[in-house]
Amino acid sequence: MSFDELMRRLLFLPEAATEFARSVDRLHFFVILVTMAGSAIVAFAALVFLLRYGRKGRPLSTPRVRASVWFEGLVIGGLLSLFLLWWVIGFRQYIAYATPPAGDALEVYVTAKQWMWKFASPSGRASIGVLVVPEGRVVRLIMTSRDVIHSFYVPAFRLKRDVLPGRFTVTWFDARDAGVYDVHCAEFCGTEHSRMSASVVVLPPDLYERWLDGEEPEPVARAGARLRLGGGQVGDVEQVDMAEHGQRLAAAHGCFACHTIDGQPHIGPTWQGLFGKRVALESGDVVRADEAYLTRSMMDPQSDIVAGFQPVMPTYLGTLENTEAAAIVQFIKSLHPGQRSPEVRLPEARVVAQDGGLPAAHRDGAGRDAGSGDRAGAR
Amino acid sequence: MTHPAGPSYLEERSVRSWLFTRDHKRIGVLFLIATALMMALGGIFALLLRLELLTPRPMFMSADSYNRLFTLHGVTMVWLFLIPSIPTAFGNFLLPIMIGARELAFPRWNLASFYLYCLGALVTLFSMFLGGTDTGWTFYVPYSSKTPTAIVPVLVGVFILGWSTIITGINFITTVHTLRTRGMTWMRMPLFVWAIYGTSVIQVLATPVLGMTLALVAVDHWLDWGLFDPGRGGDPVIFQHLFWFYSHPAVYIMILPAMGVVSELVTTFSHKNPLSYLAIAVSTFGIAFVGFLTWGHHMFTAGMSTFDAGAFGVLSMLVAIFSAIKVSTWVGTMYRGSISFKAPLAYVFAFLFLFVFGGMTGVAVATMSLDVHWHDTYFVVAHFHFIMVGGSLTAYLGALHYWFPKITGRMYPERWALAAALLVFGGFVLTFVPQFLLGNLGMPRRYHSYPESMQALHTISTGGSWALFGGLSITLSYLLWAARRGRLAGDNPWYSASYEWYVPSPPPKHNWPATPCFELDPYDYTTYAPDPRGKSDVGGAPDAPGGAPPAGDAQGAAHG
Amino acid sequence: MAEPVEHAAHFESAERQGQAATLGMWVFLASEVLFFGALFVIYAAYRTREPRAFAEAVAENTFWWGSGNTLVLLTSSLFIALSVHMLRSSRARAACWLVGATVFLGMLFLGIKSYEYVEHFRHGIYPGGQGQWFADQPRAAAMAAFWTLYYLMTGLHALHVIIGVLLLSVIGWCVARRRVTRLAPQALENGAMYWHLVDIVWLFLWPCFYLTNGGA
Repeated sequence: MSFDELMRRLLFLPEAATEFARSVDRLHFFVILVTMAGSAIVAFAALVFLLRYGRKGRPLSTPRVRASVWFEGLVIGGLLSLFLLWWVIGFRQYIAYATPPAGDALEVYVTAKQWMWKFASPSGRASIGVLVVPEGRVVRLIMTSRDVIHSFYVPAFRLKRDVLPGRFTVTWFDARDAGVYDVHCAEFCGTEHSRMSASVVVLPPDLYERWLDGEEPEPVARAGARLRLGGGQVGDVEQVDMAEHGQRLAAAHGCFACHTIDGQPHIGPTWQGLFGKRVALESGDVVRADEAYLTRSMMDPQSDIVAGFQPVMPTYLGTLENTEAAAIVQFIKSLHPGQRSPEVRLPEARVVAQDGGLPAAHRDGAGRDAGSGDRAGAR
Repeated sequence: MTHPAGPSYLEERSVRSWLFTRDHKRIGVLFLIATALMMALGGIFALLLRLELLTPRPMFMSADSYNRLFTLHGVTMVWLFLIPSIPTAFGNFLLPIMIGARELAFPRWNLASFYLYCLGALVTLFSMFLGGTDTGWTFYVPYSSKTPTAIVPVLVGVFILGWSTIITGINFITTVHTLRTRGMTWMRMPLFVWAIYGTSVIQVLATPVLGMTLALVAVDHWLDWGLFDPGRGGDPVIFQHLFWFYSHPAVYIMILPAMGVVSELVTTFSHKNPLSYLAIAVSTFGIAFVGFLTWGHHMFTAGMSTFDAGAFGVLSMLVAIFSAIKVSTWVGTMYRGSISFKAPLAYVFAFLFLFVFGGMTGVAVATMSLDVHWHDTYFVVAHFHFIMVGGSLTAYLGALHYWFPKITGRMYPERWALAAALLVFGGFVLTFVPQFLLGNLGMPRRYHSYPESMQALHTISTGGSWALFGGLSITLSYLLWAARRGRLAGDNPWYSASYEWYVPSPPPKHNWPATPCFELDPYDYTTYAPDPRGKSDVGGAPDAPGGAPPAGDAQGAAHG
Repeated sequence: MAEPVEHAAHFESAERQGQAATLGMWVFLASEVLFFGALFVIYAAYRTREPRAFAEAVAENTFWWGSGNTLVLLTSSLFIALSVHMLRSSRARAACWLVGATVFLGMLFLGIKSYEYVEHFRHGIYPGGQGQWFADQPRAAAMAAFWTLYYLMTGLHALHVIIGVLLLSVIGWCVARRRVTRLAPQALENGAMYWHLVDIVWLFLWPCFYLTNGGA
């Protein structure tokens, strides 16, 4: 057994199923061994002095002993160096924890609510309680809460991130070993807090493909059964392609009255090529149109308006659920520059600006170039 | 025995004389009794919690009851016991005597502080009858704004307790500045006074922030003003920043007085000067100051920037250095001392081991990447219990035994004390070491039910809690017995050179017959050897205008 | 001519006791600063997130009432400071009148504040984002946060003004009746310090809620 494995056993640590977990464990062993040694040294020194200088009966007078500068310096300098070393290593690991690696990541939308976890994958199934991911691929979790603060905790990944209402928080992991890993809620959220569990099922690629096709491989079934036994919430959500779902929602909620998907600026900015683009706002700031910005635009459209557009967009707070908003964001993401989606027809609608006048696009006398998605945001 | 400074402070016996007292010593005793009662109550809650956790599935408590119980345990232990304990009991009793004063600066405000404590305690306990609340002692929003439980009385109770704390803090600070006797410079004060002073500064500056934060939660809950509601422009995370801005310094309110006690105990029982008075004094202020800058380490997983996290992390390391300086100074004090192993020193040894272990696990959780795994798990629970129980409570017990003769004039039974101390130490270790391991396993906090695989560790922990309870019960029993029936202790049974031992035990009503002027510093043991002829230590030279030397010298050993 | 002054037994002199009373008051005021400070921190945090909404909301407040109130409080602080000086110069009568003037101005402040609150209610602005006014706001969420903070912070401040008015009334009455004169200068001084704190807090509330309207 390797040293790492031995220490994990001794310290009752679960398996370390990601590279991050393994490196964190190594730091853990360093810190905890020094902690134990330090306490032992202090206790030992005190004991030695007790034995050496202890006396029954009345005490004698004692010399006045002053600490020398080198003693103080040694204590302070030695400990400070040790603590700073730990801090440096820990900080670098923390940055890694907080920064998902660039590149192709599998994104999963996580919604926490009292007292269950919902997972929606853009190009796959959605479910309650069981998160299925492939081995060896970076998974990015985009999480929000429907009610109070929860916390997504996977002990085997040494991973934890608070999930907040009204905001997206992001975390990531890269599971190397296939298996089933417990998820616990780690922020007190009410009566059934201790039963708000879930499972991460990491499948080898072939099984994962089968899961994508709609099957339920054995590890997934097992994980679901175990969760149910433990009192957790498990369930299946209708299989749906998130981007398709988002497109349907956008049509149903009238988004296409103001937003095009073919690059033409209309009453609102076009959605083509919007995701990830840097847009200039009315206030002069420049922001990146990421998930958070797009969701905020739906929920609080009067803040951070793109330069050159009027503040006429109604709010969808209360109308769109988080997963629905997420689906629309996924749809927007799928619209790369130059793409045209012939199936979607722009519904006819007249939009009146709040002050009763005509929206800006009409006032300037249309005639902006089609297909130049950049211009819409950059004015 | 009469004394020119008046009869013993215990002499007058009417209920009125106790309830309307302005004597800091009596108020100290009142607080001692009240806070000890609260500790017992909080301890019973803990025993019930641990009993429920014996099995993974619900045993005799519903999840909702469990949640309310752990909240009540936390609230009682933090605000009704740990924060007041050492300062209000021992600080009140000893601070004026230690600086050669006859009373605190504001005696009537002191009495008011006691009654405010009682009021706050009653309101908080009254909430129990309404079912209490289930948010945990940390009251995180948005849950605390929405919980269907009776949270407002709890918040009001804690708010009132906050006022009691602030008044005590103002009183102590003013006393140290204005009532030190002639010739007592800051560097001549007993170290316990430094500790109480530092604690008081934290109390005065941090508690108002808590008061406001909890008041806002109460308003939010009662009136639905949505101050922390994201749907109304609010941010639940700002609550966490404000709450922890108080609650991190609060833990230093809980440990600094304990450290002050340890400084006194180590020097007295080693019969020796502290290795470096300056180091302890400076690190007291270092802890008080830097402790205000570290609150973010409770929020590493809440979504702060890596820069903020790094800053909080490194500052948390820095504050640990000050504690380490104290520990090395205390251990170094024993070098070339003349050590008497009595129960108070036994508690010091327990403190040294448990506080160092607990403190270093604190450095471990301050290491940000490690905290991602440990945050909100039993690892953190174990860490803070090591400090709160293994540190603060242990020092509190040491103080109880050390100053027992000073307060009552009687001695506790030494063997019982040593045996009980061992039981307390053993019970503590059994209760909380398994909790570190449970945290490693991934057991989150505030969980009523847990996976089967964790049962063995929980069982050991529960067993430990019974041993701990046993040790504490035995201690309480013999202390109550000894208060009435213990043998008379004499004025200075520990042969200590610290200033509170210059006055008789129990002290007279006005402490000093005349304004004392201390020739020696409180830790000068270079010529202090109690009379080998074994004459009684009772009495000193009370009328000596220059102040009484330590009683043991009464028979005429040469004195500088 | 100064009367012989008694002091509490545990203080070595009346002067020392006076120092203690003053120090105690300063420490208490420090705690009050932190009490209000928590609210200012929330204001700062929320304003940073929604600067434009806050600026627009500030514009909704009436500049003249707010600034008028500032003038009222500053003047009252001047009066109470003068009264302390008068009493120390043994001019109790003048001191008394000045305390009375301070109390009057304090009540004037409260009157103006109450009027403003009533006006806000008439417009449908209630705390907690409740009220008809919010229904027509495009940025209702941020506005709700602003107005809740407005009511909380000015309300808490007004409570402190009420306490100050009561405190100074009692002290002023004691001075008028020539009662407890040996303690009166200290009590008046402490009361004046409290009043100055109340004034200083307002000096921070004033820009937060009346001045920083982003030029709108």
